[in-house]
Amino acid sequence: MPALRGVDLTVKRGEFVAVMGASGSGKSTLMNILGCLDVPTEGTYDLDGERVNGLSRDALADIRNRKIGFVFQGFNLLPRTSAVENVELPLLYDRSRRPRSTRGLALEALARVGLADRAQHLPNELSGGQQQRVAIARALVTRPTLLLADEPTGNLDSRTSLEVMALFQELNQQGLTIVLVTHEPDIARYTHRIVGVRDGRVIRDVPLPERRDAAADLQSSQPVLEE
Amino acid sequence: MRALVLVKVAWQSILRNTLRTLLTVLGIIIGVGAVIVMVAVGLGAKERIHQQIQNLGTNMIVLTAGAATQGGVSQGAQTFNRLTVADAEALRRESTLLAAVSPVIVAPGNVIGGAGNWRTHTQGVATDYQTIRDWPVSSGAFFDATDVRHARKVAVLGATVAKVLFPDQDPVGQEIQIRNVPFQVVGVLTAKGQTAGGSDQDDVVLAPYTTVQTRLAGRQFIPQILAATASPADIPAAMEEIRAIMREQHHLASWEEDDFTVRNQEDLAQAAERTTEVMTVLLAAIASISLLVGGIGIMNIMLVSVTERTREIGIRLAVGAHSRDVMIQFLVESTVLALIGGAIGVGAGFLSARVVARLTGWETVISPPTVVLALAFSAAVGIFFGFYPARKAANLNPIEALRYE
Repeated sequence: MPALRGVDLTVKRGEFVAVMGASGSGKSTLMNILGCLDVPTEGTYDLDGERVNGLSRDALADIRNRKIGFVFQGFNLLPRTSAVENVELPLLYDRSRRPRSTRGLALEALARVGLADRAQHLPNELSGGQQQRVAIARALVTRPTLLLADEPTGNLDSRTSLEVMALFQELNQQGLTIVLVTHEPDIARYTHRIVGVRDGRVIRDVPLPERRDAAADLQSSQPVLEE
Repeated sequence: MRALVLVKVAWQSILRNTLRTLLTVLGIIIGVGAVIVMVAVGLGAKERIHQQIQNLGTNMIVLTAGAATQGGVSQGAQTFNRLTVADAEALRRESTLLAAVSPVIVAPGNVIGGAGNWRTHTQGVATDYQTIRDWPVSSGAFFDATDVRHARKVAVLGATVAKVLFPDQDPVGQEIQIRNVPFQVVGVLTAKGQTAGGSDQDDVVLAPYTTVQTRLAGRQFIPQILAATASPADIPAAMEEIRAIMREQHHLASWEEDDFTVRNQEDLAQAAERTTEVMTVLLAAIASISLLVGGIGIMNIMLVSVTERTREIGIRLAVGAHSRDVMIQFLVESTVLALIGGAIGVGAGFLSARVVARLTGWETVISPPTVVLALAFSAAVGIFFGFYPARKAANLNPIEALRYE
């Protein structure tokens, strides 16, 4: 039985979409296809005006490198590698770019997520929220067409989750297209549009008129006491 | 930039587990070390044989009685001993290429004098013998042509004989008795040491061949004639000339084979060097087996490393690494690992060669080509045994690799 059947989905430039569904619904497969990690057995996928079907393994790798930024539930940072080196990683595999300051671009991306002062820290010296922000900086550093976030708040407490969602909303307002996979309705409420997946089909595709503002929610929530 | 990054990444992951790295490269260390020591010992032996053969006299030609083969069957030298002092004189008279000719008559027996007596060989030779063997005296002088012509009872002592009979004094001018015939010592030879075969060249007494023939040996035939040319280039022609003169001297018809054998020093040297070369190659081959074992160790640890770092590989593939990039990363890592082992192994081999030289007294020679070859070979081992794990890493599916726990 195929994981996805008859899915017809268009994501416009500048959108912020939440893909929702229970485990086994096919949302991971959808995510892998959107991320060019997998190719559909039938049907087509166009990304940024480019037909992705039938491309070789290495050509897919180049598309991932140039057009897609990944953010994972488990952060997926390289251990024993400083934050700035983690952010630099996609630039090292960029074949199109002429040699220029990869370090400078990485520091820039870290500054965008508010971690300029943590550049030399190792992942295990950072909190969960900070690690996820390093991962977001890594996804941003190549200036991708699409940012794919797979349960980005799954490993974070609610306050840190809000911080991450506020960052996503800020980036989206700057023009970044974001597709976010989640099973938490609370998180999905911060996006523009919710796509519901079940048994390999899209069962729901609705815009979200009254979207919430994560930054405002962060302000109104109880401040955490620090010693 | 990319190459530097690759080496840096490899270096970091190697440093991550120092003990494991050391244990992994131990096989390579032992392998490279063993190869270095074996080749050092082999080259040392070759060097020593070369020196010893030089020691015998550079342009020396040896003429022995009896044919090397007769009718296809080896007869052994001296089977039909027909060399005579007359042959030596004919060679000296008729040859144009030989710079020196000397018969060698051997008379074993006790030598009495000074501190006691000593069983040695007395050799009857001509004055040319000193030129042929390139053997200076450390004290006194070699006997001269007049001594030979008049068959005077004078002798020159080898360093060993001199030390045994006259431990505390200069033997020159002293009297010794060879088989109860009194001889006057006129000179002492410098020490030459052992031959390649291990016999003491200094355990000898030299006297004019005329004297030895009439007083000690009394035989008509002599076992050996030594000759030397002025330059090494003349040796082949000189050997032909000796054959022609000797065949005439022995009245051999054209269908008869030589009843003597002519050899030069270079033949002996090459034979001996070939033997040590074969030994060296054999020892190095055995030692390189441990290099292979070391390579398997590297392959093992690289497979473990690929499994441990599946997630890392997944991340790299997800952000745009090609299969080739991952493959090269792991190949660089295994090669750097093997090269570290190789470098430590060269150091260990160097020290071991010194220790071996100290303990056994053998000469050891570390040649730069050996070091370069050993390092190149360990790099090759790293690439060869790193290939399979690297390919395994490169072919991982990024989705599964990212999900790997």
